[in-house]
Amino acid sequence: MNWRRLWAIVLKELRQMSRDRITLAMIVGIPVIQLVLFGYAINTNLRGLDAGIADQANSAGSRALVMDMLATGVIAPVAHADTPEELVAMLRRGQISIGVVVPPDFERRRYDGRQVAQIMVDGSDNVVQSAAAQLAQVPVDGSAPDTRAPLVSTPAAGPISIVSFYNPQRRSAVNIVPGLIGVILTMTMVLFTGIAIVRERERGNMELLIATPLTSAELMVGKVLPYIGIGLLQVTVILALGRWLFTVPIHGSLLDVYLAAGLLILANLTMGLLISTRAQSQFQAMQMTFFVFLPSILLSGFMFPFAGMPQAAQWLAEILPLTHFLRLIRGVMLRGASLWELWREVAALVAFTAVMMTAAILRFRKRLD
Amino acid sequence: MSGETGRNDCAIRARGLTKRFGNFTAVDHVDLEVPARHVYGFLGPNGSGKSTTIRMLCGLLTPSEGEIDVLGLSVPREAEALRKRIGYMTQKFSLFDDLGVRENLQFMAAVQGVPKARTRQRIDELIEQYHFGDRQKQLAGTMSGGQKQRLALACAVIHDPELLFLDEPTSAVDPESRRDFWEKLFELTDAGTTMLVSTHLMDEAERCHRLAVLDRGVLVADGTPAELTGRLEGRTFVVASAQPRRAQQPLAQADDVLGVAQVGNELRVIVREGLADGDEALARLKQLLAERDPQARIEPVQPNLEDVFVAVTRQQHPGQERAA
Repeated sequence: MNWRRLWAIVLKELRQMSRDRITLAMIVGIPVIQLVLFGYAINTNLRGLDAGIADQANSAGSRALVMDMLATGVIAPVAHADTPEELVAMLRRGQISIGVVVPPDFERRRYDGRQVAQIMVDGSDNVVQSAAAQLAQVPVDGSAPDTRAPLVSTPAAGPISIVSFYNPQRRSAVNIVPGLIGVILTMTMVLFTGIAIVRERERGNMELLIATPLTSAELMVGKVLPYIGIGLLQVTVILALGRWLFTVPIHGSLLDVYLAAGLLILANLTMGLLISTRAQSQFQAMQMTFFVFLPSILLSGFMFPFAGMPQAAQWLAEILPLTHFLRLIRGVMLRGASLWELWREVAALVAFTAVMMTAAILRFRKRLD
Repeated sequence: MSGETGRNDCAIRARGLTKRFGNFTAVDHVDLEVPARHVYGFLGPNGSGKSTTIRMLCGLLTPSEGEIDVLGLSVPREAEALRKRIGYMTQKFSLFDDLGVRENLQFMAAVQGVPKARTRQRIDELIEQYHFGDRQKQLAGTMSGGQKQRLALACAVIHDPELLFLDEPTSAVDPESRRDFWEKLFELTDAGTTMLVSTHLMDEAERCHRLAVLDRGVLVADGTPAELTGRLEGRTFVVASAQPRRAQQPLAQADDVLGVAQVGNELRVIVREGLADGDEALARLKQLLAERDPQARIEPVQPNLEDVFVAVTRQQHPGQERAA
């Protein structure tokens, strides 16, 4: 490894990158856009749902219950009705997405410990259903647990713990932001390096490069190095935005967060390089990137719980760097774990990187045939 | 100077060089000797195997058969060692469009291992020599064809290579730029550099010290331009006719005629070898034209490289005999 030649490649990449406006825009644009989209889209859905209210009891207790529900901010009253039938009609018309019915014998039911109210849900929308589940947690008067309204079949638990667990403001961002670091790095890092070598080949630079004393390793490592810096920059953008917009906590050490991100960056860059040595055109490289990106998003546990997936999908997910990174970053940021405690995931990422880099260097021939 | 040059005076020596891509033979048993400090030309049409041969000689392609010795190194085995001593200018502009003139030179200097202390001076020198003084920061992608070729040459020689491979260096530039470019090449040969230049342009070929003519992967002739044209002495004629297209027909069909090409109102005719005597050929042509165009005037003319090219490639087919 000749350091001067290596640095020449790094400097060249940085200079080319600085003149490539689209890539520059992507470096910062992708994290910002994704963070805002994922962060806010899920939040707003859980607030201000159009609701119709039919309070047939119209007692002090029933009015208090309705006020408590409104106070959660999950629903906003847009219509009042006298009977449940009217609410059903409104639901069908799409005028409301949630209906709250308090029957005339509300006080009696409360005394008996029976169901005191009914929440009608527009079941065509998953998000509305989960919002209804939160409404159902509203205590009827806060005096005794058995007077609560267990309408939708939710596990019976103490009101306080349930409320904090389902708190819409915290739930989405806290889970999404750490995961988003991984998703964004997977997308951009694989893509950038995926096209890096192919681009040289397409533009005819490669024939020149391989006619020089440059070695395969120098070329590969030199191509990867600038992107490590880019990746860490993206991590910083996401962390800062996550903190500023969604007050996402970092319970573990910041150094561990960056180290974990560094591991994922390396894993993705080397995978991108391998794609680069295989793909014949930049378009093919993009296709292959997507081929890796989709399963990463779907199987890693970012979108769907890992434990709920079938065995085969779990095995496949174990091969993906994003799976291991998610466990790392959630551990570090949310549970305050250290990398040392999560050494299995660290080892998995290091092994992945080593295999990919070796394969890329071996596959890259300094020959045209 | 051809056969008896000493080993040290021979920059490239290839024996039986062959490259097959599947069923297609791109280069077919080419023997080659390129004397040092010469500009050696590869003349041939597109697809004749020029680029493939050059790529094999600098170790970018592995030959299917044959032996190569370049600057005393066996290629492709010692290709890595060779790379430090050669420069290669590809057919397509292969520098970085999104880097500036100086940045491209800096990159190549580092990659080619120009000593760090010397790099700055060397780059300044090249910028001066190749007239880039006022456009050091201009991105390579925004330059004209001629400027790009100049920059490519400057980058190819940044480490003072002993041997330079140039693959159709000026095919895409105007004659003015081409002349400038060749000035630079001769300056380099004066300084001791050997050059292998591929081309399909006759005016480029004429400038080479020695030439090899390639046709469909076969080396069909080689020698100095004068030797090559000399072999055609007495076999080239110009037919001036009022109806050149009418006159062309009987000539093109005759066995004794290797090639007929219309140039303006004239026809340029090359006759078969063996009609050794110029008068005999003249008589034969007159006989051929007597019926169709009795008014045509026929005169012998000095052969040029294009005639050489037509003659050697026509002789090959359909016989496909291999020339030495």
